Amino acid sequence: MKEKKKMTLRAKKEALWGYAFVAPTMLGLIILNFYPAINTVYQSFCKTGDFGKGNTFVGLANYQKAFADPEIWQSLLNTVKYAVIEVPLGVVIALLLAVFLNNNKLKGVSAFRTIFFLPMVCAPAAVAMVWKWLYNQQFGLFNNILHKNIAWISDPKIAWISVGIIGVWSIIGYNMVLFISGLKEIPGDYYEAASIDGATGINQFFNITVPLLSPTTFFIVQTRVIGALTIFDLMFMVMDKTNAALPKVQSTVYVFYKYTFDQGNKGYGAAIVMILVAFIMLVTVVMQRAEKRFVFYN
Amino acid sequence: MESAQTKDRIRRIIIYVILIIMAFIMLVPFAWMILTALKTNQEAISVDPFYIFPHNGWHWETFGEVWKSYNFVLLYKNTLLMILFRVICACLTATMAGYAFGRLEFPGRNFLFSLVLIQMMIPSTIFIIPQYLMVSSLGWLNTTAGLVFPGIVTAFGTYLLKTGYQGLPKDLEEAAGIDGCNIGQKFLLIMMPLTRSSMVSLGIFTALFAFKDLMWPMIVCSSVQTTTLAAGLAKAQGQYGSNYPQMMAAAVLAVVPMIVIYVIFQKQFVEGIATSGGKL
Repeated sequence: MKEKKKMTLRAKKEALWGYAFVAPTMLGLIILNFYPAINTVYQSFCKTGDFGKGNTFVGLANYQKAFADPEIWQSLLNTVKYAVIEVPLGVVIALLLAVFLNNNKLKGVSAFRTIFFLPMVCAPAAVAMVWKWLYNQQFGLFNNILHKNIAWISDPKIAWISVGIIGVWSIIGYNMVLFISGLKEIPGDYYEAASIDGATGINQFFNITVPLLSPTTFFIVQTRVIGALTIFDLMFMVMDKTNAALPKVQSTVYVFYKYTFDQGNKGYGAAIVMILVAFIMLVTVVMQRAEKRFVFYN
Repeated sequence: MESAQTKDRIRRIIIYVILIIMAFIMLVPFAWMILTALKTNQEAISVDPFYIFPHNGWHWETFGEVWKSYNFVLLYKNTLLMILFRVICACLTATMAGYAFGRLEFPGRNFLFSLVLIQMMIPSTIFIIPQYLMVSSLGWLNTTAGLVFPGIVTAFGTYLLKTGYQGLPKDLEEAAGIDGCNIGQKFLLIMMPLTRSSMVSLGIFTALFAFKDLMWPMIVCSSVQTTTLAAGLAKAQGQYGSNYPQMMAAAVLAVVPMIVIYVIFQKQFVEGIATSGGKL
């Protein structure tokens, strides 16, 4: 009896310490994240008054407006098109580089790794400025070397590809580092056994590396898909407001920024975010389903 | 035997060629940024003849001009303060919560931790409007407090540190308990120092994320005096966009500090990203 009481006192003390330790984080999450998330939902049903002051409840009006607005649909399509370039190219190139660099016999591995990772430590704002200059139609490096007059970022047909390439260039190093740490966890004896059986390097890559690396690959694909669907910086920095290709390149977050903070229409901005979040949730669910089928856990 | 060796050598050469080509592609934008910064504007926009290198002197003075006209002292100061406070806040709150979630028993622990996991799944764009309204009504627009605001706590960091604490051996803590330490002392003196590598990962991750973020500083710090490097560049591009050497010099100044830090602490950076993965 005495023993039990002592235990509960200790347990009580431990619980008090526990609450005290999680209190700052939980309070912060409620104030900074959970309340804002709910507030955004509420605002999406409101109309923002003049000068951004005062909310009046308007029901689904913002959503009706957004669903009828071709600009919103186009921006979702643009965002998906950006992801379709960035994610597969970024993942495949990074995987190849990781396999090459995960080789102890090769000299200069760390120098290559440093170079490939370099864009990761640069602000996208600066990266985008440099690429915009490289793409410059009159004076840019690319057109001068190719002796062409390509409107890389103002021709609506190719501008989305040009922006996507910047995204791929920026993300390769990050994906590569994650792949290398995934590769290190594959036991070396698998490869030794395969070599004895006479499997070639390419055979080993497809029969050992790809399946055993699939949890890492899935993790990278999932984080990059979500990252790509919320892309903003590149579009904002590369595309001038007067750029003719802007409607075919601007991402949904870009449109959200424009309505919310340039034009002060927070209600409409909130509705745009809600549509994007719903879309991202849908994509996440589809990916979770795919995980069960394609990812190999041992 | 010999043919296997030649085969191996050929394969290695092919790998090197691919790696060198890729490294070249990765470095071209950096090289062009620096080379343009060192030219005069006439050289930079000269097409015929086209200059790869500056042909009448390397104009280092552009950096000085940009340093002054774009207020780089302030941009550096603002960015540094924001990063410093965010890293301190994130590490402090996350290590405490991570310890509690990973090591202590208390009613409601699993429920509270599920809230942390839910936050990690929500795209952060959804928080921005109310966060902005809060900062604005607190009167924190154009202040460091406003810049730091959304980064005071971190669900992701809590998750990362919880994993770190869970990985520590159980008997360590029990030995300390016998010696008469209370939970606070145990945490501070024994457990926290052991999660240093997770803390470094979180610190690097937080610093990089804060450094790269563009939208938040643009929204809350619209004045050039109070904003960060990323947002300052965005403003500068709107104002002086056609003076290419100046723009590139500004870009160089904005990326160089982080590159220097990265090259020095390379191991920690790469390991930090590899272990944290995260939502960069």
